[in-house]
Amino acid sequence: MSVTAFLKPLVTATAFLGAALSTAQAVEIQKVTSPGGIEAWLVEDHTIPLIAMNFSFEGGAAQDPEDKQGLTRLLAATLDEGAGDLSSQAFQARLEELSVTLRYDTGKDYFYGTLRTLTANRDEAFNLAEMSLNKPRFDEEPVQRMKTQFIAGIRQSEQDPSEKASDLLYSSLLGDHPYTWKTEGTVESQGSLTPDDLRTQYQKLLAKDGVTIGVVGDIDAATLAPALDKIFGGLPEKADLTPVADLIVSSGKTVSAEMNVPQTQILFGLPGIMRDDPDYQAAYVMNHILGGGSFTSWLYEEVREKRGLTYGVGTSLAPYNAGGLMIGSAATRADKADESVQVIQEQFKRMTEQGPTQAELDSAKKYLTGSYALRFDSSAKIARQLVALQNADLGIDYFERRNAEIEAVTLDDVKKAAQRLLGDKTPTIALVGPKMTKKDASGG
Amino acid sequence: MLPTPLRNLRPTWTHLACAAMITGLMATTAVVPTARAESVAPPAPAAELFAPNLTDFTLDNGLEVVVIPDHRAPVVTHMIWYKAGSADEPEGQSGVAHFLEHLMFKGTKDHPDGEFSKTVAELGGQENAFTTSDYTGYFQRVAKEHLPLMMELEADRMENLVLTDEVVKPEQQVVLEERRMRVDSEPSSRLREALTAMLYVNHPYGSPVIGWQSEIEALNKDSAISFYDRFYTPNNAVVVIAGDVEPEDVKALAEKTYGKVERRAEPGARMRPQEPTLPGERRISMSDPRVTQESISMNYIVPSDGTGEALEPEALDLLSYILGDGPTSRLHKSAVLDKKIAIGAGAYYQSGSLDDGRFGLYASPAPGHDLAEMEALLKSELQSILDNGVTEEELAKAKQSLVAQAIFAQDSQQSLARIFGAALTTGQTVKDVQTWPQRISEVDAGMLQDVARKYLSGPAVTGLLTKPEAPTATSEDKQG
Repeated sequence: MSVTAFLKPLVTATAFLGAALSTAQAVEIQKVTSPGGIEAWLVEDHTIPLIAMNFSFEGGAAQDPEDKQGLTRLLAATLDEGAGDLSSQAFQARLEELSVTLRYDTGKDYFYGTLRTLTANRDEAFNLAEMSLNKPRFDEEPVQRMKTQFIAGIRQSEQDPSEKASDLLYSSLLGDHPYTWKTEGTVESQGSLTPDDLRTQYQKLLAKDGVTIGVVGDIDAATLAPALDKIFGGLPEKADLTPVADLIVSSGKTVSAEMNVPQTQILFGLPGIMRDDPDYQAAYVMNHILGGGSFTSWLYEEVREKRGLTYGVGTSLAPYNAGGLMIGSAATRADKADESVQVIQEQFKRMTEQGPTQAELDSAKKYLTGSYALRFDSSAKIARQLVALQNADLGIDYFERRNAEIEAVTLDDVKKAAQRLLGDKTPTIALVGPKMTKKDASGG
Repeated sequence: MLPTPLRNLRPTWTHLACAAMITGLMATTAVVPTARAESVAPPAPAAELFAPNLTDFTLDNGLEVVVIPDHRAPVVTHMIWYKAGSADEPEGQSGVAHFLEHLMFKGTKDHPDGEFSKTVAELGGQENAFTTSDYTGYFQRVAKEHLPLMMELEADRMENLVLTDEVVKPEQQVVLEERRMRVDSEPSSRLREALTAMLYVNHPYGSPVIGWQSEIEALNKDSAISFYDRFYTPNNAVVVIAGDVEPEDVKALAEKTYGKVERRAEPGARMRPQEPTLPGERRISMSDPRVTQESISMNYIVPSDGTGEALEPEALDLLSYILGDGPTSRLHKSAVLDKKIAIGAGAYYQSGSLDDGRFGLYASPAPGHDLAEMEALLKSELQSILDNGVTEEELAKAKQSLVAQAIFAQDSQQSLARIFGAALTTGQTVKDVQTWPQRISEVDAGMLQDVARKYLSGPAVTGLLTKPEAPTATSEDKQG
């Protein structure tokens, strides 16, 4: 749920989308509906006296007005900075006294909330969450303070080679689609935001129709149901979302920028696949074999293990609501950038021309099915999964179906997915590093 | 709540923890509730014990085993921790502990060619490793039925590692890339490395965990094997198993697997050159064209959980919280909220080391303000503690927050395993960790002032990260 998920392609913010449970019996999900009609998914567990609640609203940073980029992120930063009769400092002090964590954040498509409390402070924690959601203050002082902090962060990120490579990659792939806007905005746009802008965006986004809620821990359904009404019941019925245009991905370009740093950042991107696409699981398995997150992927083996070209290398599928992307990255010494790009492209070619062996496919499936349970071993992780699963609209039984879906992927399916994602396509490549990079690259 | 970019400005003061993959973990000391050995506190009531259902035992060959049952999910975290880190390296071979960590994935006589990793992946497991100044750790997270195989393979690589130049040479390049990525590419990391070298002028904590570049380049198969043969032995290791297991089953398995490994070496006591008391002020200022946000830190060597007497480490924990952690900390309140001269300010206490740890204060100026103001502010807040101590209210709030953090930490079997593994390889006992909440509750306000006066009243070692000198007036830069 990181705000920078979009810009840091290897983070696992979207990893759940291919995930599921090998040992479904470990997690029993209850659907809880409040008297007021608000639904949450609950996993009850009384082992530790704490409660984890995650929730999200449809509509994230892609809902920023074009001239107010950074607004939704600022909304997330200020929603817990004063509510009702409590000023920013008083509200934060109250959270601290109760050892309650209440945080807001935004992705491109969703606005996220996180609540953590000890059971003993449950009612107070719910009360504070309710206040922040229903009676935020957006006082001048905290708004200005947060803006100043964001602007410092934006300036710093302009000097970060991987951020710069992301900018290049996404603007080259997606033109000026809202997904290419920085979640924090620009120095200018962030600087122009006002408390009134926040009030407008708050009214636009936070409503009952777009909310999903996951709760885990020391609470039962009977206690949770009325609490849902208390926390979320006062919100408007409907959000006022602006439709986000479908992604139009244009790949095949090489873009570069100079920066005086010791390594060249290499990012590459292609059109991906939507989560509800019938080929999604096949594509997910294919990506795992090519560059997914274990020490056994082709890219890991060829770029890192055999040649020592990089510390980290990998690819991932990023299925956003407006379209899917496939993104990869590596970082290497400037004079090895050309060789690294070449080796990566060879592996893409190998995937489309030969594809994996049956043994490689079997191994990948064993990993993907076997590791599913690892996503459910803490309350915090399960709460995140509950929200992600509802947003992906895969049904409450997805946990039980998921491994069978992975098992069902055949060699032929993987090869077809490879053709579809990589077949006649050349990735867009973004390189950011010291001067020699581009010359070496063009010199072959 | 601080925005993400700003949280990243906060220094990560733990020694660089290097892992074998991009997902590598940074060892953090944030919620590691450990303390020195000779607590005379009465036994805490069971309800207040941290991880109360833990079991530990030692095998005949000296291997210590800790089992933390957690039956919420049918998975297990299996970790082995060696009491060997960068501070145990031979002189001139900085980075060898971390280099060996990478090479441990290469294979053994019976399981060559990275077979361990392939097996873990095939079983749907996840694995990684990390190195710090005081320890090196390896872990796998698997469905519980695969635990016996993990133990067998981990026991195998404790004594049967095989290295050839063919695998060692490319890995050396990988580590050099890792250094470029983690240190050389980041101005704040470069400053931190230099500052640490200046803070510890005699103790090996002054060397970076990943190693100096020239010394990484000089490492080879033999230096790695020699480090391995000296430290990788059951009597120098701790196994921590957290998850859906029963202690008696783990004990039987441990005897069958690790129990078969003979003592390979007697590493002996970990006596490192200690830090002399040095007079005078030490300052390092580094500017880089890529710095857009300046910052300052003031750093002190202080007792760690391993070296502190009585309740000193706990007092330092609480002091660091009151001074610079949380939304109502003194530094945040004064510099960010009231005076509005900083965009961030805080304090840290790195307590989880075998030898003396460090304590520090830091701040980043808001537009229109400079590092001199930050330094004056940090000094004045520190002076106020030295003169007047802390209030009972502040202390109560800090205690409650730290104890709550300990409860939240128990939600994650990985966190629990890491807390105990780190403690047991830095001079702590299981009991020290379990009774930490109890000890926190015993600290009084006077103790905070005492430790501040004892350890934080001398000159700090100061680090300044600055923008390049502007060619003309700087007033323009100061506009938001």
